[in-house]
Amino acid sequence: MAKTFSSLTLQFVPYSEVERLDTVGRIKKLLKIVLQNKIVILQGKLKVEEEARLIEDTMALVGSIKGFKGIELAVLSPKLEDMPIVMRMRRQFARALIGEQDAITIIGPASIIREIKKDPSRIQVLLKGK
Amino acid sequence: MPIIVIPDFFKRIFLNLFKKKRHIKLGLYGPPNGGKTTLANKICKDWTGEELGSVSKIPHETREVQIKEKVDLKFKGRELTFKLIDTPGIATKIDYEDFLKFGMKKNDAKKRAKEATQGVIEAIRWLDDMDCVVIVLDATINPYSQVNITIIGNLAARKIPVLIVANKIDLHKADIKRIEAAFPQYEVVGISAKFGKNIEEFYESLFRLAKKKKG
Repeated sequence: MAKTFSSLTLQFVPYSEVERLDTVGRIKKLLKIVLQNKIVILQGKLKVEEEARLIEDTMALVGSIKGFKGIELAVLSPKLEDMPIVMRMRRQFARALIGEQDAITIIGPASIIREIKKDPSRIQVLLKGK
Repeated sequence: MPIIVIPDFFKRIFLNLFKKKRHIKLGLYGPPNGGKTTLANKICKDWTGEELGSVSKIPHETREVQIKEKVDLKFKGRELTFKLIDTPGIATKIDYEDFLKFGMKKNDAKKRAKEATQGVIEAIRWLDDMDCVVIVLDATINPYSQVNITIIGNLAARKIPVLIVANKIDLHKADIKRIEAAFPQYEVVGISAKFGKNIEEFYESLFRLAKKKKG
């Protein structure tokens, strides 16, 4: 049966807060928030290797923290391939300078989020109802 | 410059002469219940005569990496030998209560969930060892899941060639075009591993995939 909850907290994490952290530090920070039953909205995105590491660490926690069932995760990032060449080059240059800040990552506890539906250009977060 | 190149050239020739022939390591990856083990069984049954693992409607039936050391594929006058590695389905959440819906007892469901979490970790750790990967997706399900994107992104980062299989095309809801649109840079082949539908096209694609292998 779905767990009921009375309030929902979304925590925005600006890119500047994770920018200087290493992989372990970033993942630790994000999972710490998720374990408080909050939904993280991260400005930017993790590297693909960090996403894999996030899944690994999440699985390790599912086995060791009672009641924790994992996470729902989605990333919304503008597709550079669809952009005109000049804009694409400008974006690539900006990403090289300041990181991939034009993306949004949503990470939430699976006990609260039922599903994150993703289209190429939009994200729908479906919560577990009462 | 020639001083550097020539010894390197002879070293490579020498190593190639005495190097033990290594089979391509072909991994099957994807989310749970996509049909990885059904496809592994089909391949093994076709080319070795025996199946690799058990399949079930309950997710996370494969909770440990399963290996067939040598598969000799002889198809239309060509030969391909590979080591087949069937991996547990990768997921971001595992809830033992989901298994209860299939009639499992609570203790069994909890045990299955714990083993499944270890399976996901094991599957991710095997990524570095693969030469080529077949991603097996259920063609009836929306492919834009972050798990799919993460797996494919990690393979791309490691420069491991990928073939995407849109499985379960025998079902009405199957939509290969949706998978092709989600991953336009990869070859997608639609099959039904369960019924062997379009399996010949899949074997053709495997030869193309093996040609792209790294190293």
